[in-house]
Amino acid sequence: MSDMLVVQNLYKIFGPDPDEAIRLLREGLSKDEIFARTRTTVGVRNADFAIREGEVFVVMGLSGSGKSTLVRMLNRLIEPTRGQVLLDGEDVTAMNNKALIAMRRKQMSMVFQSFALLPHKSVAENTAFGLEISGRNRAQQRTQALKALETVGLQAVADSYPDELSGGMQQRVGLARALATEAPILLMDEAFSALDPLIRTEMQDELVRLQQKDAHTIVFISHDLDEAIRIGDRIAIMEGGAVVQIGTPEEIVTNPANEYVRSFFHGVDVSKVFSGGSSTIRSRSRPRMERAKP
Amino acid sequence: MTDGIPDYRIPVGDWVEHGVDWVQDNFTGVLDGVSDGLGLMIGSFEDALMAVPPLLLAAFIVALAGWRVGWRFGLFALAAMALIFGMDIWKETVTTLALVIGSSLVALAIGIPIGIAMARSDTVEAIARPVLDLMQTMPPFVYLIPAAIFFGLGKVPGAIATLIFAMPPAVRLTNLGIRQVSREHVEAGLAFGCTDRQLLLKVQLPLAMPSIMAGINQTLMLALSMVVIASMIGAGGLGNTVLTGIQRLNVGLGFEGGLGVVLLAILLDRITQSFGRTKRGGPAKARSGLIARIKQTFGKAKPGAAGA
Repeated sequence: MSDMLVVQNLYKIFGPDPDEAIRLLREGLSKDEIFARTRTTVGVRNADFAIREGEVFVVMGLSGSGKSTLVRMLNRLIEPTRGQVLLDGEDVTAMNNKALIAMRRKQMSMVFQSFALLPHKSVAENTAFGLEISGRNRAQQRTQALKALETVGLQAVADSYPDELSGGMQQRVGLARALATEAPILLMDEAFSALDPLIRTEMQDELVRLQQKDAHTIVFISHDLDEAIRIGDRIAIMEGGAVVQIGTPEEIVTNPANEYVRSFFHGVDVSKVFSGGSSTIRSRSRPRMERAKP
Repeated sequence: MTDGIPDYRIPVGDWVEHGVDWVQDNFTGVLDGVSDGLGLMIGSFEDALMAVPPLLLAAFIVALAGWRVGWRFGLFALAAMALIFGMDIWKETVTTLALVIGSSLVALAIGIPIGIAMARSDTVEAIARPVLDLMQTMPPFVYLIPAAIFFGLGKVPGAIATLIFAMPPAVRLTNLGIRQVSREHVEAGLAFGCTDRQLLLKVQLPLAMPSIMAGINQTLMLALSMVVIASMIGAGGLGNTVLTGIQRLNVGLGFEGGLGVVLLAILLDRITQSFGRTKRGGPAKARSGLIARIKQTFGKAKPGAAGA
């Protein structure tokens, strides 16, 4: 698998004096010390990794660890302070507004924690949102929206409105909206965190199933190690704005980089990682799927 | 210094007078243009409403009230119309209605874009906010003086004073509505590649609509509350009836005029509010027929069952 998204020395500093904050970071000061001295907040510090085509890359961390900021720098909902994001070798951080909009329409779509559906539009219209924005005609919008809704099992409610659906179904619409644009990269920001546990597991399995059928490159934000193990091909763990460890679920579980990483294991049955008896993610996730959907 | 009050004079009033004089001297053309345009608009609006046979217009209002709000309110509208005819204030009511709707339309045409600009720029908001405070807290009578100086007496200065007084809520609630659109909704719009314009038209304005409708409703109400005051510079209508009642100490006449204003206010308030509600929960409500219910139930049941 080739690298799809490459993140190089990416920083985000919120506040009046980013240069000073980066200088202090290089001197080895912590996030809190820098805030005390300069009143600037370090969002993300020196993130540096590559996401491969077709993988589910989970970014994990506690709230405030910078994971949401990191994912928003990939499509520049948040402007990076320093560093680069390369999409298929093209520098996203250097794109002008027009190129950026084109990239968002064709290359990257996004799923949100609060679903962020438009209440005045029907399910089908919500699903077609990205297509509407990029100026496709109505017939095309409808066809592609229905196709995406079928993928998530919601074609029956295409003409309902979001407020008539349960949370899980609303997030399926959110997912369908992201799939409808046929963008190869999906950014999912705590996409299943607002759902109750049963529905959450169901959605995770659904995502794994979708990946087996038609692999997208997925950057998935989560604070839940259980979820990360279930869906992730690789996991990046963030602490205080820095990426402290990147690896497969097995690697993370068997060889945690520090106490912070280990603290995520609390209450998680890490033995699950080894079920299926194989080291590759694809074959690992298949038997679990069959258990979930007999 | 006498009585402990410092003895100096800042001639604020003089400055304002000079300012008004200056505007009058240098912008005669603009003022005349505004006067003609607004006069034409409100005049033709009134003429159009007057041209409709009174019973037909009354029937339309009753029908609108019944359809938008409910049959009970329809009955209320019917009684209100009967009362207005019975008090012989139909013409005054129509004049007032034309003035209120005309000046509100202008207020909204100016106010909503300003509200949008405020929502998109903190600088614009910082500048506009104190101006709005001034417009809202200045006693409305004060607007009558420059309005009368610039535009003479009659409907146009009345409309100008009314629209200045009535504009702030439309501006404020448009601004507030757009700013209250959740961060994730805005991000969703941007993440799918909205341009600024698309974000405004397809995400922000539709989501701000309930708030904007509340602003429109408030603007109409304020405009109506201004009509009595505006009648002091000859705006006419129900305000004139009230004013005559005051001048002659005629309690009955004053009350009739006042009651007319109240009835018109209730009708305008409920009917415009009903449009605000439609935008919010409309789609679900509109399909409350039996067949739609069944379809909805099945539509919900299927994926729900698959998910369980």
